[in-house]
Amino acid sequence: MTGFWLLILGLALTSFIPRASFILLFARWPAPAPVRRALRYVPAAVFSAILVPELVLSAGSVHVGLDNPRLLAGILAGAVAWRTRNTLLTIVAGMLALHLFSALLK
Amino acid sequence: MRPAGGIFKGAHAAAVECSLRRIRISPAPLPFHPQYLAAVKACLPVLPGVLAFAAISGVAMVAAGMPHYLAMAMSVLVYAGSSQLAALQLITSGTPLAIAILAGLVINLRFSIYSLSIAPHLAAAGPRWKPLLSYLLSDNGYAMSLRGYEHPLDPQGKVWYYFGCCSAIWVAWQIGTLTGILLGTRIPAGWHLEFSIVLTFLGIVAPTIRDRAVAAAACAAGITAVLAWSLPLRLGLLIAVAAGIAAGMLAENLREEPR
Repeated sequence: MTGFWLLILGLALTSFIPRASFILLFARWPAPAPVRRALRYVPAAVFSAILVPELVLSAGSVHVGLDNPRLLAGILAGAVAWRTRNTLLTIVAGMLALHLFSALLK
Repeated sequence: MRPAGGIFKGAHAAAVECSLRRIRISPAPLPFHPQYLAAVKACLPVLPGVLAFAAISGVAMVAAGMPHYLAMAMSVLVYAGSSQLAALQLITSGTPLAIAILAGLVINLRFSIYSLSIAPHLAAAGPRWKPLLSYLLSDNGYAMSLRGYEHPLDPQGKVWYYFGCCSAIWVAWQIGTLTGILLGTRIPAGWHLEFSIVLTFLGIVAPTIRDRAVAAAACAAGITAVLAWSLPLRLGLLIAVAAGIAAGMLAENLREEPR
């Protein structure tokens, strides 16, 4: 039980400090131009780095092909998102596609 | 009672000065700035994904043997789903506490990039509000705020817009976590609820890919993340982000050079 509390406190600190780093702690520090230029690519890089492995990896090995329902559903949902800019529609289309492709590939 | 603009430096003084000069007819005395409501409305489509992700993390915390009140305390105090899930996964597989917390820190480092990126937009917020605004920073809140800033907003409007996005997502997150904790392990795995997290991220990132440099960043980050997946402590995630940024800047430079 103490272990869980220590984990909570440790994680609370290690999540608050990065969040506060520039909003609160270094607010006066002007970000140099290359940093500001680099920031333009941060959202695409972070989210892509989180989600691509979720689509193509299963149990640590790469599955790229028409027999991977997660990848197929992801591609379809990505196309829906790109065209419509609608997150809810993306989620609905992606979940339906995942279950459809899973059923078809069984 | 604080005036609606009390969140801002000197806003109270400005309001007093303003009301001395003339009688204020508009705007209507809303409890929140109009940009707050606009932001909440803009965030509604992402809330189902947030709810689902939160519910999954609630289920995972209970499954890891946490009592309900501790799981809820963790959700409120930490408020960082992917680091919570990763640390719990490590703890339950016998990893030392310090390593699990360090893994959480590595996963949370992306918040410092968001913090750097969003800080100029929050310059109008008073110092008392900045700890709260920092605490509320999240993947979705950051992304939705940036999308809102594509339209011109005044400095105060920007702060309220951010506050609207982030507080709506916070509320959805806590409701989702509580639901997950109460449902426990009763959600059938066959629903693949965890896939909605991936879809939420897709819904955020795909519409931002409108030029070659951003596309290069997304491709390089995605490929690197897959190749570096087996590295410990999810270091591959950070390496992939660095590769993505480098690829984006490189693609931008290539375009600028005369041929």
